[in-house]
Amino acid sequence: MSQDPLILPRRRLLAGGALAGASLALPGALREALAQTPLTLGVIYVGPRSDFGYNQAQAQAAAAVKKLPGVKVVEEENVPETAAVQKTMEAMINQDKAGLIFATSFGYFDPHMLKMAEKYPNVRFAHCGGMWTAGKHPKNAASYFGYIDECQYLAGIVAGYTSKTKKLGFIAAKPIPQVLRNINAFELGAKSVDPSITTRVIFTGEWSMPVKEAEAANSLIDQGVDVLTCHVDSPKVVIETAEKRGIFSSGYHASQAALAPKGYLTGAEWDWSTPYAAFIKAAQTGAPMPNLLRGGLKEGYVKMSPYGPAVSAAAKTKADAIKAEMLKGGFVIFKGPLKDNKGNTVIAAGTSLDQFNPELEKMNYLVEGVIGTIPG
Amino acid sequence: MNTLAATATPVLPPASPAPPLAVRLRGIADALLPALAALVITVLLFSAAVGLAGFNPLEVWGLIVMGGFGDAFAWQNTLQRAAPLILTGLAVALPAQAGRVIIGAEGALVLGGLAAAALGLVLSAQAPPLVVWPLMALAGMLTGGIWIGLVGWLREKREVNETIASLLMSFIAIALFNQMVETVLRDPASLNKPSTQPLTERFLLPAMPGLDVHWGLGVGIVVAIVCWAVVKLTPLGLALRVAGGNPRTALGVGLPVTWLTIGACAAGGACAGLAGAVEVAAVHGAANASLIAGYGYSGILIAFAARFSPAGVVPVAILVGGIAASGSLLQRRLGLPDASVTVLLGFAFVALIGCETLRNRNFWSKRRG
Repeated sequence: MSQDPLILPRRRLLAGGALAGASLALPGALREALAQTPLTLGVIYVGPRSDFGYNQAQAQAAAAVKKLPGVKVVEEENVPETAAVQKTMEAMINQDKAGLIFATSFGYFDPHMLKMAEKYPNVRFAHCGGMWTAGKHPKNAASYFGYIDECQYLAGIVAGYTSKTKKLGFIAAKPIPQVLRNINAFELGAKSVDPSITTRVIFTGEWSMPVKEAEAANSLIDQGVDVLTCHVDSPKVVIETAEKRGIFSSGYHASQAALAPKGYLTGAEWDWSTPYAAFIKAAQTGAPMPNLLRGGLKEGYVKMSPYGPAVSAAAKTKADAIKAEMLKGGFVIFKGPLKDNKGNTVIAAGTSLDQFNPELEKMNYLVEGVIGTIPG
Repeated sequence: MNTLAATATPVLPPASPAPPLAVRLRGIADALLPALAALVITVLLFSAAVGLAGFNPLEVWGLIVMGGFGDAFAWQNTLQRAAPLILTGLAVALPAQAGRVIIGAEGALVLGGLAAAALGLVLSAQAPPLVVWPLMALAGMLTGGIWIGLVGWLREKREVNETIASLLMSFIAIALFNQMVETVLRDPASLNKPSTQPLTERFLLPAMPGLDVHWGLGVGIVVAIVCWAVVKLTPLGLALRVAGGNPRTALGVGLPVTWLTIGACAAGGACAGLAGAVEVAAVHGAANASLIAGYGYSGILIAFAARFSPAGVVPVAILVGGIAASGSLLQRRLGLPDASVTVLLGFAFVALIGCETLRNRNFWSKRRG
């Protein structure tokens, strides 16, 4: 992407950026070339950028694309999903001249980002989630999302090889389809190693509730769980508690390897720099906004944390083999016959739901082998 | 009193027959001095903090003024952020008139919002917006009023500390809210973000005319003025202040202290519930977890900083809204962390309370006590 003919000359010009101030004294043509304003991105986070989790994964992508030629990044953290985020978007547009906004929290989409996208048709808006619908939502808005359950499946394989008690633990925020899909993929990965492995799940009810997450972690460890993973905004407390109690952990969102040098096995991470770069390229070349970007390992939207020291060679071989299949395309995680943990068949024998199947986005069950219930 | 004053006159120092204007000016200065002192202390402390962090304090203050109050956009930004805070500030300031410290407005806000969203959905099928909006507001006020009224009742009838009770009740309210939004009242289409069914476009409160700020601001200012008038100008307000200032005297002169207190708590809760209803009708169009945004807790700071004056809540809320808007600009321009404006508000809060304490010790004025 760096060889883009439209971008390369601009980079050269920008290399002498200090000259820009003197541009008024330059001949017309050159002045015009210099006047090409670089693209300013506004990136908005719902929590702190250094949360070792959801927001950090987005901030890592922002930091990566900052290095692209002609790209300037302005960021704001801890922006609540209220009228405040609308004003933050407007401030980025009015005060910083942002041309592309990344609204990274799920709750920013409706009504906040949609309202701003209608108000500012010349600004592009990208939202993390899968909500953009053709015909219903503005053309200058978009969704990007990744199939991170692929990584959770691989993490499940590694956990399955590592666990001695055959009991895995999963601390989850809310029983929504995205979270259930991760829990199920993790258990299915582990079960592919040993069908007797179970995953105990605790829902905390909140995206960020460190006290409850620590309580849940301790409770699961007391029940004999020896590998712990999670789906909350910041896995920090869960991973730290696991390390302190001397069990293994598997990360989520971003890498938490630094928090658990002994017990960190691997982790399911986002690689948002892929969709960020795609949106930037479209904006810089004037191409239409790509409205729906999504992908898994193959497309480079998600990645695995490097294996930790406790991962066995056998685990690595098996996980790498499945990963190779995923990278080739065609590996199916959710296929029949599949039962939920109440004994009902949820996917009939002979049915395979590939990653793009919309059926998976309505997931409302926990698969057989997961110990826990969906509250409500 | 008259005899006392008459006998005292001859022994007063010669400066005492000062012209009334000077006395009045001195009174104003006395009232403003603690606030000014607090401002100076805050500016010094925060400048030192950002200076130590390696930023130029002048640049930071420039951005704070620009981001919050620098131009028309900055003002709209500020006022929009201030809008919900006026009502949550009142939610703390009103019970304070009766001497009660309520810190659980957040719970009343979310339940008020939930009630408004539920009622709005039911009514929107059969009534026009101009009928639905007031009823949504009423539903919010009633729910919030009952919730905090209950805290007042616990205090008066069961001697449960209202501060702790309101906080715990707030946790219960939020749990109840989540439970309802995620089960009974959940819109089945809200897959990954449990939410009540959204109101249709027609039922969303528009922006105030000529402003890009929703009606929460107008409603908040009107309610604040009404509350101020009731507290300062009516017999009810006087009774309330007597009950809050000296319950024993109030009982002695036959005031219904119990009901005044419960009523003040309920009125505060109604303000918080109204804030929730406005958030639903003007911003979210539905009740969901985004409603739990901490406005109720910000209201505590605002009411304390306004010295529990219902009218004072308005400028303080605008100041806090402005600092939030500046925080946004500071992050984007200087990469300062979000916590920096929290630090600023913390300094301001502590300085203000500290200076108020000094006032009561007659540090600023020798005329009192």
